[in-house]
Amino acid sequence: MEKRSLVTIADHSREKIEYLIQMAQEFEKHPNRRLLEGKVVATLFFEPSTRTRLSFETAANRLGARVIGFADPKVTSGTKGETLKDTIMMVSNYADIIVMRHFLEGAARYASEIAPVPIVNAGDGANQHPSQTMLDLYSIYKTQGRLDNLDIFLVGDLKYGRTVHSMLTVMHHFNPTFHFIAPEELAMPEMYKQFCREHGIRYVEHTEFDADVISGADILYMTRVQRERFTDLMEYERVKDRYLLKLDMLSKARPNMKILHPLPRVNEIEYSIDENPHAYYFEQARNGLYAREALLCDALGITLDDIKNDKTIIA
Amino acid sequence: MKTKQLMVAAIENGTVIDHIPAEKLFSVVNLLHLDRMKTAVTIGYNLPSQELGTKSIIKMADKFFNDEELNQLAVICPNLTLCIIRDYEIVEKRTVALPDELRGIVKCTNPKCITNNEPMRTHFHAHGPERAALKCHYCNTVIALDDVKLVKKP
Repeated sequence: MEKRSLVTIADHSREKIEYLIQMAQEFEKHPNRRLLEGKVVATLFFEPSTRTRLSFETAANRLGARVIGFADPKVTSGTKGETLKDTIMMVSNYADIIVMRHFLEGAARYASEIAPVPIVNAGDGANQHPSQTMLDLYSIYKTQGRLDNLDIFLVGDLKYGRTVHSMLTVMHHFNPTFHFIAPEELAMPEMYKQFCREHGIRYVEHTEFDADVISGADILYMTRVQRERFTDLMEYERVKDRYLLKLDMLSKARPNMKILHPLPRVNEIEYSIDENPHAYYFEQARNGLYAREALLCDALGITLDDIKNDKTIIA
Repeated sequence: MKTKQLMVAAIENGTVIDHIPAEKLFSVVNLLHLDRMKTAVTIGYNLPSQELGTKSIIKMADKFFNDEELNQLAVICPNLTLCIIRDYEIVEKRTVALPDELRGIVKCTNPKCITNNEPMRTHFHAHGPERAALKCHYCNTVIALDDVKLVKKP
C-alpha cells in the first residue's frame, strides 16, 4: 500500500480536493464500515486538542480500526527529553498510521519524512491544520452545492487565524471573492493579500460589521477574537463586541448564506442565532467526521472506487 | 593599471573570489575561517569596481571549495565570481548562485520551528520572484537573504 502522508492541503490540486469531497460524501451516506478492520490508528497529541482528537478517533472507530495514543503530552517520554523522532519511530512499530498534533511548526512535515507509516497532520503550531480546512471546504460545498464563484466573508482574527489563512490559500482554485472583516490590530497580513493579488483573487476589506456588509455573503466564516492577541487591552475592550454576530444583523442575508465557525465559540455568535437556518457551525463540526474518515482512508491508500464498491458497510 | 596588479598578486594554485560587495568582506572572511588558514591569503578591501562601486577580493593559495562551502558563500553574498587557478592560469571561472535548496546551512529564525527543537538538519528553498529570500521547508517561515543566520558548525 502506498504511503501518503497528509501534511498540508495548500498544495492539493483542484481535482484532489474534489476527489476528497466525493469521498467525504460517501462517508456521509454510510459512516459506519469495517474498511479499516485490523488496522491500528495512533493519535499522538503532543498538545491537547480534545475536539480534533475525538473527531479523528471517532472516524477511526466508525471505520473499524483500533485506536492507541495519548491525549496529553505530560504522560509521554517527551517530558523526559525524548526527541520527536524517537517517539515517532517507536510508535511506527505499533501503528499503521499516525495522527499527530504538535505545538511546534513543521513537526508533521518532519515526522512524515522519517516515519515508515503515513502521518496525518492534526495541527502543527500556527502552521497547518489540513483536516479543519478539509471539513470547512466540505461544509461550503454541501451548503452551496459548489465551491466556485462564492462570496466568502472572513470575520474576526484574520492576523493569527490559521483556519482563515488555509481557507484563503486552498480556495484559489475556485475563483472566490473574499471580504476581510477585522479590527486593525488583527487585519489580514500583507503576505496573504499579496497571495490574493498574485492569484487574481478579489478581496475587499471592512472594519464595519453590520447587516449591510453581511448581505453580500454566501459564507460568513466567524473566528474568535482572543484577548491575548492584543497588546493594548483598551483596544480589545473597544473592538470585542463589534465583531459579535447578533440575530438582527442577519435581516438582509442571502437565503443560501451559512455561518461557519471552527469552534470553540466564546462570544462571537449570539446564542439566539443557533436556531436560525443560517447557523451551520454544529453541522460543520459533524462534517469533520466524514472529512476525517476520507483523509484517513486516502492516507492509507484506499481509493474512492474502493469506497464506492465497499462491501463492509454496517447498516 | 600597474598598481592594481600589485594589489592582487598572482597565485600558483588556489581560488580567487571576486566581486564581493565591500561591506560583505568580513562576513566572508569569518565564514571561510581565513584566520585559521596556513597558506598565503591576499585580501583586497574597498577596491574600485565598475559594477559595484567598491568591491573586495580574496585570493587563497592552495584552497579549493566544496559544494557546501559554495552554498554558504552564495547565501552570504549571491553572484560572487569564483576563479580556480592552476599553474597561474584561470582554469575555471564561474558565478556562485543561490541554489534552489539549502540543507543544513541556514538557521530558521522561528523559535517554534521544529528544526530549532530537534537534532536535525534545516532545509530551505529559494523563495520569491528575485530569489531574495529563503523559505523554511518545515514551518514555511520566509527569511530575507540579508537577515539570514548560518547554522553554527561545531
